[in-house]
This record gives sequence, C-alpha cells and structure tokens, in this order.
Amino acid sequence: MDYLKAFIVGGLICAVAQILIDKTKLTPARILVLYVTLGSILGGLGIYKSLIELGGAGATIPLLGFGNTLAQGVIKAVNKDGFIGIFTGGLSAGAGGIGAAIFFGYLFSIIFNPKTKK
Amino acid sequence: MAVKKLGKQTVKFSNPPSIESSATIVGPKEGNGPLKDFFDIILTDDTYGEKSWEKAESKMFQDAVDLALKKANFNINQIDYMLGGDLLNQIISANFAARQLNVPHFGLYGACSTMTEGLTLGAMLIDGGFADNIITATSSHFSTAERQYRYPLEQGIQRPFTSQWTVTGAGATILTSYGNGPYITHATTGKVIDLGMKDANNMGAAMAPAAADTIINHFKDTGFTIEEYDLIMTGDMARVGKDILLELLYKEGFDIESKYKDCGIEIFDESQDVHSGGSGAACSAVVFNGWLLTQILNGVYNKVLFMATGALLSPTSSQQGESIPGIAHAVTISRQK
Amino acid sequence: MEKDIKKQQTYKEIAQKHEPKPSLSKNIFWAFIIGGLICDVGQLFLNFFLSKNIEIQDASTLTTIIMVFLGAFLTGIGIYDDIGRIAGAGTIVPVTGFANSIVAPAMEFKREGLVFGVAAKMFIIAGPVIVYGVSSSIIIGIIYFLLK
Repeated sequence: MDYLKAFIVGGLICAVAQILIDKTKLTPARILVLYVTLGSILGGLGIYKSLIELGGAGATIPLLGFGNTLAQGVIKAVNKDGFIGIFTGGLSAGAGGIGAAIFFGYLFSIIFNPKTKK
Repeated sequence: MAVKKLGKQTVKFSNPPSIESSATIVGPKEGNGPLKDFFDIILTDDTYGEKSWEKAESKMFQDAVDLALKKANFNINQIDYMLGGDLLNQIISANFAARQLNVPHFGLYGACSTMTEGLTLGAMLIDGGFADNIITATSSHFSTAERQYRYPLEQGIQRPFTSQWTVTGAGATILTSYGNGPYITHATTGKVIDLGMKDANNMGAAMAPAAADTIINHFKDTGFTIEEYDLIMTGDMARVGKDILLELLYKEGFDIESKYKDCGIEIFDESQDVHSGGSGAACSAVVFNGWLLTQILNGVYNKVLFMATGALLSPTSSQQGESIPGIAHAVTISRQK
Repeated sequence: MEKDIKKQQTYKEIAQKHEPKPSLSKNIFWAFIIGGLICDVGQLFLNFFLSKNIEIQDASTLTTIIMVFLGAFLTGIGIYDDIGRIAGAGTIVPVTGFANSIVAPAMEFKREGLVFGVAAKMFIIAGPVIVYGVSSSIIIGIIYFLLK
C-alpha cells in the first residue's frame, strides 16, 4: 500500500515539474532550485511533514524532500544549539546526501568515461 | 574604386575562382545517414583514437585538409593561404591543425556560416590577385559543442523539438585562379541580424532573419531571378528554421520553395532522432564538399546559391540573457564562368 | 527604437507559430511513471532500513545515500541519460537526478584534469541547488530563531 502511495505522490511531483519544463522556459536547473527552495519553505512552515505521512518516499526522494530535510535540520539545530544552529543545521542534515554525491561523483568520474550520444 | 562591388553586399568576380578539389570526413552518425555514400571518410568512433574530443576534431580538420590536397595532387607548399574556423572557443580545432601545416593562415569565426565565409574570402583573395591557390576548411563535433554550449553528455535531459544536432565532421575546399570549374562567380556577405530570439535551443528561429536578409539582398544586388538558379541551399536552417525562412521570404515577394534545400535537413533522416535537423560548422561543409559539389559536377545542378548560416552566441551571452544574433554568407556557384 | 520593438514582436509571433509543440501528455505520462518508480525504489530501501530497527532519521539519510549511489552509478555506465530522454522530469526531480547532475560533469571534464576539471566542474549544475537549499534553510533558521 505504501508503495502505491509513494508511486502516486512521487509521480505527481515529477509530473508537475514536467509541465513546468514543457510549458515555461524554465530550464531543469532552475526547476531544481525552485523545488529545493520550496521544499525548504514548506518544511520550515511545518507543512511538508503531512505530505511525507501521506506519500512516504514519494515525498522524500524528490528534491522537494531534500529541501525539507535541510529545513528540519535547521529547526532541530536551533532548538538544540541556539544561534549557531542556524548555520550548522541545514548543511549537517543534508550532509549524507551531499557527501555521498561528492564522493561517488569523484569515484565514478575516475572509473567511467562519458559516451557519445547516439 | 570598388569596381567589382554590386549593390550593398555583393561582389562579382572578374576572374571567377575555380573549385579544384574537396574532401569530407564525418562521424558515425552522419555516416549512417542518407548522404553516407558522398563522404570520403566515415569514422567508426568519434574519438578518432584521440584522448579528447577536441583533439579528435582538430585531427578531423587536418585530415580533411590533407585529403583535399591529395585529391588535387597538391603539396601544402603550393597553397598561398589557408582560411579556417570552427565552433570552439578561440577556434582551437582550426588553429591547432594549422600548427601542423606550415601555411599562412587566417582564422575565421562565423559559427556555422564559416564554410561560406571561407569560400567568400578565399575567392576574394584569388580574384584580387593575392593568391593562386587557397584552401578553406571548417569542422565541428557533437561532443565538443555540447560540452561548450550546452550540457555534459551523460546529463539526463530532454532535447526540445526545436533543437538541432551538431554534426561531427570536417570539410575542406581548394580554390584556384585557373581551372575548369565549377566556379564561384558571386558572393554576398551577410549583415549580423538579431530580432530578439533568446532560446539557444532554437537556432533556426535565431538565424532565419539573417538568412532572409542575405537572400533578399543577393537578388537585389545581382538582379538575378529565382528561376535562374537550379538550387538554393542553406547550411543549417533545419526544419523549424526552414518554415520560418520561407515565410519571411514569401512576405517580401520571394517564393523559393520549389528550389530550396537545407543541409541540416538532408544530412540526417527522421529515424536518427535529431529533431529539427543537423547544425554545426561541419553541416554545411560536409554536405557542400561531399554531396553538392558531386551534383554540380554531374550536371544535376548548373547554377546554385549556397548559403551557410551562423548563430553568433556564446555560452556567456546566453547566460547574461542576451538574444542570439545571426549571420548568413552566400556564394553563387556555377559550371560556367 | 519603437519600430525595432514592433519588428521583434512580429517576428516572435512568426517564430512561435512554427515551433513544434512537445507531446505534453506523453511527457507527463512518462515523468509520472518513471518518477513514481524511482520513489518506489527509495521506499523499498527505506522499509528495509526501518525493518532493521534503524531510527527514522538515519534510515532516511541512508536511503538518500543509496539513491545517490544508484544515480551516480547509472550515470557512470551511461544509462541515466537514456532513461532521461524519455522520462524528462521523472529522472531530473528525484535525488538520483541530483547525483546525475554531479557525476555527468565530473566525468565530462575529466579531460581537463582532476583538479580544474573533475573537482571544479562537478558542481556546475548541482551547485545552485546546494546554494539555494542551504541559504533558504539558513533564512528559515534566522526566522525561527527570532520567533522563539
């Protein structure tokens, strides 16, 4: 059941982005920036967690979810550490994903070569 | 005392230079396309054995030049000037190939219009009495263009339907002051025209105004009629640009549809998923030097107006929100002087 | 000047008329399907970690790391862009797309060396995501701190 919900919620979030790509002149990079910022705002307002309760991974896997993770991290850190938490919270919450991306990015660029498009 | 000038943008050569030989080298995709039998060398691998695509492109440029020389039975020492360009920053494909060739060299940047820019300037050097033998060449490569102007190759993006596929290839032409044709009889030099198109994925729309302007002024300056030409061929308007160009010309009273072909449309077929069509400096170069010259030599066409078109953007200008200026240079090629 | 603007406007209309329209419904369909499937893969891993009694926060982070690895790997072997051609936003929006946007330029610019090529160019597309994501979280942090 949770697989169906994840499928629908995740699929819809992607579908909306597809409409933005096809109907506006927004490039994929700008849409990603929009999504991560939006996720961060919705997370800060406490709204995003309802979407996670509904869609599970369907809400956390898209980049909106990453923005929410950053926002949750900040809130937790401010609660725990006060002022410093403003600056440490977001990046530390996202550290897993960002660290993995940097490391695997470097590793795979050494191992693999880009292939010509057909 | 510009006695050879016609009107604002055209020159008529008093001793039309002759096309002595031509050579083409293309990548695998082009070698699978409808014009594959007309190319001299088809690569099986677009890295051409080199460590980077830039090195591969420069090697293609050089090999096209070498092959054109061989076909004309020339030594490079007989060449007075080489004119060459490509799409890359600082035209490294042309300049680094010239490094090997030991020939007086003019580097050109006309984006995808470089082929006819080279033919025009080469013809002027010959007809002006400054040279007897000229070689002009240009190249482009899908992967070098993508990484400079657009996205890394492994990026998961969708190409819009207006986008064009940069041709991997190089083409070279040798012009002489003697020889039995085909001849370059006239050349119309384009003005840079920009009507505010900003979409770097729609080159056709960016270049069409310049293309229309050059064609219209060519006919005004020369007094030729459309009927006198057997073929009017553009470099890389592709499908989207073609429709726009024909409409712009029609509005000004020029109906060229029955005489019109475009290299970007001819070089790939629909099954190769190139959307609007081919583009790149090599598009016009390989189709001209491979297919079109063969048709002219075989008598299929006697008099042709050949016009390569270029989009003069840079990666920086696009990011700064600038629109894309276009330019188009045309040459008249005829079997008779 | 005014004549120029009018000329540009007229031309813009002509250009737009000849612009082929993307098959919107087909694109949305595939974005939905493949985006949904990628999320399901994530759900699979999340459930697995939760079943091992890992705390929800860590399970979520581990899932992100695995999805990043998968996106990076599929990019490395050259499949991710083939999927992306059909899926469009379905491969761009999930965090696998974030990984793809890092690995693709890292591979591409290897020719320019490991420092100025791979390491510097790695972030040309993902960098803005990190900058705007972190900055917006900091702004939220400031607001939250002040409201407390």
